[in-house]
Amino acid sequence: MTGWLPVALLAVPLLGALLLLVSPTVLRPWLRVYGLVVSGVALVLAVVMVATFDYGQAARPQFAIDREWIPGLGIHFHLAVDGISLPLIALTALLTFLCFVYLSWGDARGPGQLLRPRAGGARPRALVFTLLVLEVGMIGTFLALDLLLFFVFFEIVLIPMYFLIAIWGGKGRRGASIKFILYTLLGSVVMLLGLLLVWARTGTLDIVALGQAHGAGMPRAVQILAFVAIGVGLAVKTPMWPLHTWLPDAHTEAPTVGSVLLAGVLLKMGTYGFARIAIPVLPEGAAAVAPWLGAFAVVGIVYGALACLAQRDLKRMIAYSSVGHMGFVLLGFATLTTVGVNGALFANVAHGLITGLLFFLAGAIKERYGTADMRALGGGMLATLPHLGSVLTFAAIASLGVPGLAGFWGEMLSLFGAFQPAAGLPRGLFLTFMVIGGLGAVLTAAYFLVMLSRVTHGRPERAQAIPAVARSGASGVGGWPSDGSASPDSERSGWAGESPDSERAAWPGESPDSEQAAWAGEPPDSERVTGTIEGGAGGRVLRDIQGYEFAAWVPLIVLILLFGLWPKLLLSLTTPAVQTLLGALS
Amino acid sequence: MTVFPLLAVVLPFVAAFAGLLLSRRPHGRTESRPGSAANTRAAWIAVVPTAAAAVLALWLAWAPGFAFIEDATPGPAVGRTYGTIGTGAVPISLTLQADDLSAILGVLVTLVALAVQVYSVGYLHDDPRYPSYSAFISLFTSAMLLVVYAGDLLVLYVGWEVMGLCSYLLIGHWWEDKANSRAAIKAFLVTRLGDVGFLFGIFVLGGAAGSFRISEVLAKVPEMSTGTLVTATMLLLAGVAGKSAQVPLHTWLPDAMAGPTPISALIHAATMVAAGIFIVARLFPAFQGARPTLDVLAVMAALGMLGAALAALAQDDLKRVLAYSTISQLSYMAGGLAAGSDNAAIFHLLTHGAFKALLFLCAGAVIHHVGSNLMSQMGGLRRALPVTFVTMTIGFAALAGLPPASGFFSKDELLLTMDRALSGGGLTDAAALLLYGCALATVAVTGAYATRAWLRTFFGAARVVALPEPEPGTAHVVDIREAPRTMLVPIVLLSVPAVLLGFAGGLHVELGVAAISVVLALLGAGVVYAFWRSDPLADPARLLGPLRVPCERAFYVDGVYAALFVRPVLVLARLVVRTDDVVVDGAVRGSGRSAQGLSGLLRLAQNGNVQLYVSGVLAGVLLIVVGAVVFA
Repeated sequence: MTGWLPVALLAVPLLGALLLLVSPTVLRPWLRVYGLVVSGVALVLAVVMVATFDYGQAARPQFAIDREWIPGLGIHFHLAVDGISLPLIALTALLTFLCFVYLSWGDARGPGQLLRPRAGGARPRALVFTLLVLEVGMIGTFLALDLLLFFVFFEIVLIPMYFLIAIWGGKGRRGASIKFILYTLLGSVVMLLGLLLVWARTGTLDIVALGQAHGAGMPRAVQILAFVAIGVGLAVKTPMWPLHTWLPDAHTEAPTVGSVLLAGVLLKMGTYGFARIAIPVLPEGAAAVAPWLGAFAVVGIVYGALACLAQRDLKRMIAYSSVGHMGFVLLGFATLTTVGVNGALFANVAHGLITGLLFFLAGAIKERYGTADMRALGGGMLATLPHLGSVLTFAAIASLGVPGLAGFWGEMLSLFGAFQPAAGLPRGLFLTFMVIGGLGAVLTAAYFLVMLSRVTHGRPERAQAIPAVARSGASGVGGWPSDGSASPDSERSGWAGESPDSERAAWPGESPDSEQAAWAGEPPDSERVTGTIEGGAGGRVLRDIQGYEFAAWVPLIVLILLFGLWPKLLLSLTTPAVQTLLGALS
Repeated sequence: MTVFPLLAVVLPFVAAFAGLLLSRRPHGRTESRPGSAANTRAAWIAVVPTAAAAVLALWLAWAPGFAFIEDATPGPAVGRTYGTIGTGAVPISLTLQADDLSAILGVLVTLVALAVQVYSVGYLHDDPRYPSYSAFISLFTSAMLLVVYAGDLLVLYVGWEVMGLCSYLLIGHWWEDKANSRAAIKAFLVTRLGDVGFLFGIFVLGGAAGSFRISEVLAKVPEMSTGTLVTATMLLLAGVAGKSAQVPLHTWLPDAMAGPTPISALIHAATMVAAGIFIVARLFPAFQGARPTLDVLAVMAALGMLGAALAALAQDDLKRVLAYSTISQLSYMAGGLAAGSDNAAIFHLLTHGAFKALLFLCAGAVIHHVGSNLMSQMGGLRRALPVTFVTMTIGFAALAGLPPASGFFSKDELLLTMDRALSGGGLTDAAALLLYGCALATVAVTGAYATRAWLRTFFGAARVVALPEPEPGTAHVVDIREAPRTMLVPIVLLSVPAVLLGFAGGLHVELGVAAISVVLALLGAGVVYAFWRSDPLADPARLLGPLRVPCERAFYVDGVYAALFVRPVLVLARLVVRTDDVVVDGAVRGSGRSAQGLSGLLRLAQNGNVQLYVSGVLAGVLLIVVGAVVFA
């Protein structure tokens, strides 16, 4: 009866994307609002889903719709939500919406404003289309309860992400995007073979039925083979060491919104697959492969942390930190205990929020300084861009797993799962994993703190702080002692560029040649200047956090705090679902 | 009353958020003097909730009083459970409660925090980052109170870790100087290394007891095997060593002097370092069930107390003297715990909290006046700073353990405990002997370094040349004779417990031990005085002779750690990056290249030569025909 909700969640962004194809010219002036509205409606639907979800029965798939799709093959269009997928769907809708907020609200000179027509072609219509299709694929993956439907959505995501990197990416975008798509496609093919093996042996594609069967009808050898095949496909996406090398390149080259969605949602699809398909459908295979999975996970934790420690590029460093964090998630799965899988799912969501925020920040830094190389940034960001530096500090601290912020609980529970792994798993081995994982947590703290020291501390070498030059009026978050989290006037100044008139007025100044002229001709309600870059684009002005950036980041900050202070919100949701999934093992 | 512990934790926590978010509005008005109005507002936001928390803590401590130190039968815990968090295995229960132990420590924490907050108003009055600084102190207070009042080990761990974060933020307060930034990183990483062990210790205890609730864990201790207890307590000890700056994880504490002086007072007296001693006292039954752990603790304490005292004797930086003395005094407490008396250790923790906070705040006033941390720049300050001179004298007397200051009584109890451990008790004979011997030697060295610091700061000729421009990392030079009132009031108030707290736990002085310790302390002081008297301008540390340089460098532990851990990790990190590029990604690129190579080979067939194609087709047909004929 409530099956319309998941369908609507898919239909809204899909129709939104299709509408762009139908009427290319009509929507052009409204593009930025259009993307915002469509993703906003999707977010509202997700919120409705969160609000009406029956939390008493979090283990049961709710809002189910089950129609025959391809009757000849027995493929069903089966969508539903339970305690595992609900947080991820909400996260996806939220992050997509925030990406549009980021793209839509800034004035033309703001960093990362891809939806503004500019010389060289930013292709705004294509960008909105790509992002909406991406949202369809991401939400669909978390909704699907049919093996092949899952696979279809899983694959749909790749195409828009490929274009996102290949069209709007940085200098090395070609190589990065090709590597991304070939690598993940290769993984997907292996996964498809595994899914087909399961289908061939059991004769059904229904994930719920397969999960309830707990692997009945499949001998142990088949289960192991299928688990390895599916696991490899998911591990590429996750990414698990040593299948991770597509990730740093993709992240470094992707535009800000691409990085955010890649880290925030796409990686989650791999780990979600473990929780949804690989472990419940193939419990014996999981038990046999779990020690290997755990071993690769902890190697990933330490390896990722060490790689971060020697990294010079900020975006690359955050990408490698994902390898380490995903190691904790995989370790949680490998324990095959309720607490471990709970931890993994928690860490999953927390990583989506925190790393999403980190990539927003890294993107903001790269747009401002023109580079993400930490040596070139030169330090002292807390002096030149105090708010950006503060939020970066917050995000880094959240990511290194300080309790009270979201990053802690998932990692702690994963380690606790490794302390008491499921019966039948070698406990000594998992204790070793736990210790290595714990040391990895120390190394994680080390690289984040070193990064903060390099980027935010010290005296600004490259950017010279000049006494605050208030062009006119003292509005804005740019001023030193102001804390922009409560600065309505600055946001208003950010939105002032919304009116079509001022937008059009800003266009002529957008060509690269007259960029400086555009800077000089700032409208009266502009931000205050806090510093200049020497040797950059000829005295280019650094601006602290803008209104639209705050609008996109504050929800993430609030959620990171909320889940950190009140982890029960998420744990009470996942625990019953996980207990059902692990029915055969525990 | 049952919600008081919660309120005491939440009030400073809310203050921290309010301080960070609200204190900078409205912005842009006070351009000429950056944010003096904002600083005033931030000061109110910081001080009032801390004061309220102190009132709550006093109220909670009113009924039990000093029951814990007097070893009375434990009274009921006041508190409440605010729900449980199911994790899928052992649940976390959100319990906040105050028993005898928590109650007195809560008072220590809130009062010292209040003194530090008030003092900071004067100390950092024109620092543009004062609002965030005071907010972080509030967060620090809140975290320590969470540790003190937590009724669940994982809730305790939350506060435990947040303290590490706050210490990082506050030690790095003057981040313009990269050295401060490095000190902050070091403090965080060293303590976090210990905390990982601590977390695993909690896992072991919680797993064995089936609950993380402290009361239930302690109830299950008699049923646990010795192996479990030894594993758990050894792991916990890692965290204790990290937080309480015990050997071998003590190296962060002297570097933590990079922070503003009030922060040093807060870290060294009430929060952070107190947490380690507190947790051992909190879980003392578990430690008593694990004899080997007590032996390890005794050896750690013995090495730490003497080594740190010797290092303190050779430092030139006044704050570093006090930092090493903190390590040494904490080792006393750890030694007392190892020798089997948690109440003597907590007693010393209380008195030490009072007199060390006093000493640091006085040192802050001295540094504020001189504009330098170095004692070689000080001297003859007793005329310029009469109030500070008197109060700091009290502090040094308490540190050296001279009657009637508080330190005398608590140190006496500790020495008595160690004396008794020689004849029976939890320790092996060798460990007990080492502990007691080191403790007595340390008494003498403590007297020596306290006298040296006192003489070099307040006596002799004035060597002060106020620096024209203050170095980053030091307070601003001011031209008034004494520190502002917001700084003096906390100092004077803190000197009261530094004198009187010793009479709190009921007087039971063992004359023999007391006489030995006083004589030893006076002996140490006398030797230093004799050396100083012979040449007031020279450093009495020369009495160490060839040992002086190793002592000043704290026996090169930092260098050894850098060579053993830091550099190998960095080398490994570079190795990983190269491996990742060459091997892991190399394989990926290699497969890509080999695929291209293979397709290049195949492409050779597609050369556009029709003859070749036709020949190929014919050859294929031929093959099929032959195959069909042969196999048909």
